[in-house]
Amino acid sequence: MAETHEGDSRRDFLIITTTAVGAVGAACVAWPFIDQMNPAADTLALASIEFDVSTVAEGQSVTLTWRGKPVFVRHRTPAEIEEAREVPLDDLRDPQTDAERAEKPEYLVMVGVCTHLGCVPLGQSVSDPKGDFGGWFCPCHGSHYDTSGRIRRGPAPLNLAVPEYQYISDTVVRIG
Amino acid sequence: MIARLTTTIAAVAIAAGAWSFALSTPASAAGEAIDLPQHDWSFSGPFGTYDRGALQRGFQVYKNVCAGCHALSYVAYRNLEDLGYNEDEVKAIAAEASVTDGPNDDGEMFERPGKPSDRFASPFPNEQAARAANGGAYPPDLSLIVKARPDGANYVRALLIGYTEPPADFNLMAGMNYNAYFPGHQIAMAKPLYGDDVTYEDGTPSTIEQEAADVAAFLAWASEPEMDERKRAGVMTLLFLLVFTGLLYATKRKIWADVH
Amino acid sequence: MAANFSNPVVRWIDHRLPVFTFMHHELHEYPTPKNLSYWWNFGSLAGIALVIMIVTGITLAMHYTPHVDYAFASVERIMRDVNYGWLIRYIHMNGASFFFIVVYIHIFRGLYFGSYKAPREILWMLGVVILLLMMATAFMGYVLPWGQMSFWGATVITNLFSAIPLVGESIVTWLWGGFSVDNATLNRFFSLHFLLPFVIVGVVVLHIVALHRFGSNNPLGIDVKGPKDQIPFHPYYTIKDAFGLGVFLIFFSAFIFFAPNFLGHPDNYIPANPLVTPAHIVPEWYFLPFYAILRAIPDKLGGVLFMFGAIAVLFVLPWLDRSPVRSGQFRPIFKIFFWILVVDVVALTYLGGKPAEGIYVILSRIATAYYFIHFLIILPALSIFETPKPLPKSISEPVLGAGGGFAAATAAPREKV
Repeated sequence: MAETHEGDSRRDFLIITTTAVGAVGAACVAWPFIDQMNPAADTLALASIEFDVSTVAEGQSVTLTWRGKPVFVRHRTPAEIEEAREVPLDDLRDPQTDAERAEKPEYLVMVGVCTHLGCVPLGQSVSDPKGDFGGWFCPCHGSHYDTSGRIRRGPAPLNLAVPEYQYISDTVVRIG
Repeated sequence: MIARLTTTIAAVAIAAGAWSFALSTPASAAGEAIDLPQHDWSFSGPFGTYDRGALQRGFQVYKNVCAGCHALSYVAYRNLEDLGYNEDEVKAIAAEASVTDGPNDDGEMFERPGKPSDRFASPFPNEQAARAANGGAYPPDLSLIVKARPDGANYVRALLIGYTEPPADFNLMAGMNYNAYFPGHQIAMAKPLYGDDVTYEDGTPSTIEQEAADVAAFLAWASEPEMDERKRAGVMTLLFLLVFTGLLYATKRKIWADVH
Repeated sequence: MAANFSNPVVRWIDHRLPVFTFMHHELHEYPTPKNLSYWWNFGSLAGIALVIMIVTGITLAMHYTPHVDYAFASVERIMRDVNYGWLIRYIHMNGASFFFIVVYIHIFRGLYFGSYKAPREILWMLGVVILLLMMATAFMGYVLPWGQMSFWGATVITNLFSAIPLVGESIVTWLWGGFSVDNATLNRFFSLHFLLPFVIVGVVVLHIVALHRFGSNNPLGIDVKGPKDQIPFHPYYTIKDAFGLGVFLIFFSAFIFFAPNFLGHPDNYIPANPLVTPAHIVPEWYFLPFYAILRAIPDKLGGVLFMFGAIAVLFVLPWLDRSPVRSGQFRPIFKIFFWILVVDVVALTYLGGKPAEGIYVILSRIATAYYFIHFLIILPALSIFETPKPLPKSISEPVLGAGGGFAAATAAPREKV
């Protein structure tokens, strides 16, 4: 009798161990199949771009493509900077100071995607409507952004997003 | 039980042997078989890995000698970090190249310095241009050359040191060169390496044998950049499977112990 | 009828949708002959190989571009940039070969032990359908990387249909969707290569339904006489199949990680070029026996007919071999001819990879002739002239004859395993 019990427990031990090792193996096999859906190496290589902001004249904007989305770079006039700074934070739906949004005040760098439902706001070219606050205007559902790209009126909940960026020289900014 | 297993394994082994034998044939179907001199590669065998020093030297040879005619279009500059170059060095290497980009706001294509994310710039815009510049012969893209030839690394090395005088009765066509290891022995490419074609950064003497072996190693990496990782993963996988299969066998025996 | 499940959720669902009862019957208590040898592992292994191919295939399809200008580059991107892309592609690439190895062993097991005989004729024929579908799928899959072998393999094989009298040319044009293998061809091959594996899954389900009707054949080839001859599928055969899978994965991994291109051809790493045919084009190894038969016949249409005939003959095999004894173990003469057939098929594999000239042509013809003689003349003749050895009374009480050969050890089921 005792022998049978011993045999049974050895059997159970083997089954449990084997199952556990098999589960570890299955998890290791699963990972490559999950990870293959993550951005590939060539996609990641394009995840950061470098741009020389000195090529943008004062009062002009350019649109770059970054991670498949438009990025607005605007060389602001002193008047625009002044206007952005004077807005009291209490007036803002998504309170942010202008200094938080632009590392160098002359150059505003933002992802040009409306935070409402993802349209691209107008305001980049001289002839575009710039909305009631002199910044950008989203034609889809009428969101108005100011000269700092902050939401002022309309359905959008948040300011235009500022991507992670840093100046790697005086004039060259690396986005991403 | 053991006898049964042995029978199974023996049969599988015999079948596998027969298959390998049957499969060994295509190479010899190319008419006359050429025996390639075998080099002792750091990356041969299940535990072999690339020698970064050799890869960097080989890259130097590629850049200074081969790149004039041969593209490497599936390899990106960023991949050179595998060779041991740091980010700034890779940026500098990439910037030496001129890459066509565009169109710009005026609708024109323009040239700009290469970036690490670019793939290697090709010496010719298309195959026709390459042929036109090379007397009708197309210098193949080298990204996959080692995988695309039987025993590729040895083949590339042998080819580069295989320029010899043709045998007296050999009918060499005009504009062709004799090569002991090229199929048919007539190759359009002129002898590319003479020794001292580059000055190695690490001070290794650049003999023709050294250069040929280094550039072949570099091209082996270009063909199979995943090889080091693949073999490492393979060792882990096999170790795991041996343990796991051993456990399965023990469990199987235990479970079957009461079947009479 | 319904099994008793302890989990109330399972019980609730099973009362309304008896999937758990079904699985319990077919995968758990399913009574299986207790004397199955390791040759019986290859059926479940083939099923697992199919799953591996579908999972890796769907994954690859997420990154692959079926266009003549991008296909080759997209495969290289998978190999170089996609996370673990090289692993997934090498599994898929070598998986095709291993799927065929497993299935070929499975087929020869059936041939030796007479698994095609009554009442399992339809089970066998469904298996042949699966083989045909696998061949079509593998052929179209090989075209997708758009290398030199892809292109010229597609050209040569689709041209086979031009041998059909009168409508051949039109059929080839229809297959191509143009006047040569081109973008239209690549696109439809991708579509069909994606579709056919699921058709295979469907036929595999039928194959299993047919199998479970009378249960597995066994090394003795005699019917089970009662519960004493049987054991439940789980845990006995689940653990045995799992062990077999472990051994399979060891061989498989050795190829994937250490010789991933051994079974492939270097020319397929050269992008397709419609203007240059490689010096020697050979199909993948698993098609070589059929390729040898194709080339052995000096007539275009004849070659095609014999090649397809080599598979067609398997369809009618249950009616060619009329011997009432299933297992080759008890058929002393059949056993010899079985092994000659094995050698013959290996020889055809070898000859298929050789250039079609000189002695190879003659040997191919002899081997081709023997292949058909085996099925069309030797097997029917043996059914009449061969005297089988006495059969055991039952699996549990074998009256042992001389035994020996292919599965000597399996003739002694009394031995503790």
